Amino acid sequence: MAVTDTGTQSKQSWLKRNKLTVTPWVFLAPALCFFAIYVVIPIFESLWLSLYEWNGLYDADGNSTAVWVGFDNYVKLWGDPKFWTSLVNNVIWLVMFMLAVPAGLFIALFLNQSVPGMRLYKSLFFFPFVISQVVVGLIFGWFYNPDFGVVGSLWKAVYCEETVNIVGNLTFRCSAPVPDILSSETWATYGIILAGLWPQIAYCMILYLTGLNNVASDQIEAARLDGAKGWKMLWYVVLPQLRPATFIAVVVTVIGALRSFDMVAIMTGGGPGEGSTNVLAYYMYETAISEYGERYGYGSAIATVLFAIMLVYISYFLHRMYQDEKGGH
Amino acid sequence: MFPRPIEKSSPARRVGYQAFLPVALLIWLLPLLAIFLTSIRSAVDINSGNVFGWPSQFRMLENYTAVFTQSDAAKYMLNSVLITVPSVAISVTLACLAGYALAIYRFRVALPLFFLFVAGNFIPFQILMVPVRDMSVQSGLYNTIAGQFLFHAAFQTGFCTLFMRNFIKALPFELIESARVEGVKEWRIFVFVVLPLVRPAIAALAVLIFTFVWNDFFWANVLTQGEAVKPITAGVRALNGQFVNNWHLVSAASLMAAVPPVMMFFLMQKHFIAGLTLGAVK
Amino acid sequence: MRSILTPVAALAVAASGAAAGDLVINFDDLNPGPKQGFEDAVELFKSENPDINVIVNINDREAHKTAIRNFLTADAPDVTSWYPGNRMAPFVDAGLFQPVDDVWEENGFNEDLAAIKPTMSRDGKIWGVPYSYYQWGVYYRKDIFDKLELAEPTTWDELIAACGTMKEAGVTPFTIGTKFLWTAAGVFDYINLRTNGYDVHNDLTAGKIKYTDERIVQTFKNWEQMIGECGFVDNHASMSWQDAIAPFSNGDAAMYVMGNFAVDGFINAGLTEEQIDFFQFPEITPGMARAEEAPADAFFIPANAKNVEDAKKFLAFVARADVQSQWNKTIGQLPVNAKSEISDNKFIQEGFATVSTAAGLAQFYDRDAPAAMAKAGMEGFQKFMIDPSTMMEVLERLDEVQAEVYE
Repeated sequence: MAVTDTGTQSKQSWLKRNKLTVTPWVFLAPALCFFAIYVVIPIFESLWLSLYEWNGLYDADGNSTAVWVGFDNYVKLWGDPKFWTSLVNNVIWLVMFMLAVPAGLFIALFLNQSVPGMRLYKSLFFFPFVISQVVVGLIFGWFYNPDFGVVGSLWKAVYCEETVNIVGNLTFRCSAPVPDILSSETWATYGIILAGLWPQIAYCMILYLTGLNNVASDQIEAARLDGAKGWKMLWYVVLPQLRPATFIAVVVTVIGALRSFDMVAIMTGGGPGEGSTNVLAYYMYETAISEYGERYGYGSAIATVLFAIMLVYISYFLHRMYQDEKGGH
Repeated sequence: MFPRPIEKSSPARRVGYQAFLPVALLIWLLPLLAIFLTSIRSAVDINSGNVFGWPSQFRMLENYTAVFTQSDAAKYMLNSVLITVPSVAISVTLACLAGYALAIYRFRVALPLFFLFVAGNFIPFQILMVPVRDMSVQSGLYNTIAGQFLFHAAFQTGFCTLFMRNFIKALPFELIESARVEGVKEWRIFVFVVLPLVRPAIAALAVLIFTFVWNDFFWANVLTQGEAVKPITAGVRALNGQFVNNWHLVSAASLMAAVPPVMMFFLMQKHFIAGLTLGAVK
Repeated sequence: MRSILTPVAALAVAASGAAAGDLVINFDDLNPGPKQGFEDAVELFKSENPDINVIVNINDREAHKTAIRNFLTADAPDVTSWYPGNRMAPFVDAGLFQPVDDVWEENGFNEDLAAIKPTMSRDGKIWGVPYSYYQWGVYYRKDIFDKLELAEPTTWDELIAACGTMKEAGVTPFTIGTKFLWTAAGVFDYINLRTNGYDVHNDLTAGKIKYTDERIVQTFKNWEQMIGECGFVDNHASMSWQDAIAPFSNGDAAMYVMGNFAVDGFINAGLTEEQIDFFQFPEITPGMARAEEAPADAFFIPANAKNVEDAKKFLAFVARADVQSQWNKTIGQLPVNAKSEISDNKFIQEGFATVSTAAGLAQFYDRDAPAAMAKAGMEGFQKFMIDPSTMMEVLERLDEVQAEVYE
């Protein structure tokens, strides 16, 4: 088990002899404790809780009021249209979010030049990723606002005229109503995703910029001599070398899409109507701890489904890492 | 280099490229620019629909001061600092220790444990919500600063350990071995040999985790109620309700919430990108 | 560490440190007015009961909603503020409150607080004592009504006719902001109360009537008529109730179905008290007994209270006519006790006239219906308001939710 054993310390204490077996556990203990308490154990608690019906209350003696219902919560999920809406929206997120990968690549290719001031340009293009999603959500929420926002103002400039209303205040008469993107059951989700793409594209861009830095220039030059250029060069020579960057970009984009919560919470709160912009992450929050929620068991069942979906990706990722580890040593 | 360096193109293309760059940037940052312009406008402009035009009055100082005087923004900012700094300190410390153990020692469960940290880093954190919240309520950590940073520290430990382990693994192992041969104690090897070498990794992690935790919104909602211990992200949302129809103030508050991570990014850009793009190159 | 372990821990410390003769009260409003009203009342109670050592914990309203779920079990105070209707049901069902029928009996509250009694009751027992409530109704721009020579409508036909006049003059009759859903429930409750009466409201929120019941369908048909012939402001789904004040204060819209707390918002938006006025939601079914929305705030005694005797003294105290008069003058709301006096603010006067003569008092859809039903219901209301043609689809969906929630 231990790597090095010089064989001279047989008279020393057990601790000394097993130094290299014990030491890693001492180093690991704090991190493992934290991680077990806040991450590992709660996962299993959630899985377990999804088999109960519980409003989060304890009775006067401090006993949980949870009732065992077996797989009832999952049966209910199957027949719950809001769950399916959320799941479908998650799929839409996933598909649309994937646009961040080529878009990020495109911008990275555009910026991969060395003209004066390029460093600052790159930083500024990356800017949206650093900002909190809450702020991004507020910015776009205001952008779309039909009354005070950019969309509203532009629309009014074209389709509306200023008049005076009955009490003498300024008002607008419009020949066509201002589009209210975030109140449309059809368009609201796309409006939110567009906002979410903005920082995500920046993230993918930076991954590709770093990747492009490391593309072997001799291969490029060799390919150039062979007459490759443009799309062909990109597809056959550059992209294969960018595979690690693409892999990471896809992974973080998938995770970003499935975790999407902040934007939905800020921009629509899952509405309008019957949860038309809901996603699993937000629906579970809403079900479990929002003002009209307090269905902990049902919420846990939703979280479990989300977890199961993510597990597919995690397994794939770990599998890749495992191959690398084996190959690397 | 790909694409072909612009210096090798015709002068016309080169000039065209350089002229287009700022335009592209402007389009890309248009939402941000619009909200910045809004944050320095007067209420009159907002109400009369002057969103894109030149502001009739510049009210930058007044608006930004108003955010602090008319709301708890200052307290929210302080809360964010009080939550973020310990989160960074704890998670990076734990990750240095754990990453060292997982990278240097060969024992049977090293790889499974490492994968546990990696997997934990990718899980949808909603699955932790109910148990962590219940546990916090039961232990009195609900609605406290400590309750928030303890959780963040624990959760970020996954990513930090992944990062740190790979970084240490790439260090020359001979350094450690020769120290061992000389009879240097294990913890001294860690402190005097390994720690100085991982300083860049610590810097990269610190800026990344700072940004992640500062920008957290979900856990602020799950683990707090009311005003006392809210971080700025949740605070900005509360301000959105308070400053109704005062978009100039909401904008100012939003931009202010973004300042610390942006500063962090610009000051530590190299480390930030190095951290973020770990694995993007092989 | 102690200093950062704020509210919940602080409550726990305060509560567990209580000795016999201590009376621990948890209150849920930190806003200056409500806090003042409560503290004044506590001072008066102390001076009348010098032997009781009153310990007060005041928390923010949202924080209280979470904290109560914990402190009722872990460290119960002797008295806590909370809300009647379905909001108290989970705690009553979990055995976390104790009944206070004797307090009502001994102090004559069965008569003085009669109107509110049904909503304070569950399983045949009474669970708390209310100290305040406020009216809902239609707030309108009096200056616009005067300009158009409109009188306050008292019947549905008059309302529809008045809307016609407003629309001709380019005024949108109603403003509303349904982004956070509950405002739509206020409109629904009123149309339903006026169409079908108080019992149908209660039976619906209790799950005894289906949403596709012809009476509820009729409510929705009236609502559809209101949307078509009166009309609400565009983009209401992207506005909060405060956002929706903007078209009202600008004079683009003339009426607002709201609770009395909105008056502050109107004044802050630059309107004067002369420009706004109040009328009761007009009659729809002729002769239908008039019930009103009047959400109440109340005090309850946790099952784990240590000093029940003094807790009951406090409950008796807060429902007393003179105490409620003073308290509600401070906070600008209505006293529940029929023998109380009220301030001379015109909205309080009209509100008192409205509520004290009502045949029944509803607590509001989202307090009367269970949480999951309320959420689904209000989402349906919003969807219907955006597109009235979804009426039957919405109602059928609500039937499904109802079947599941009340199983």
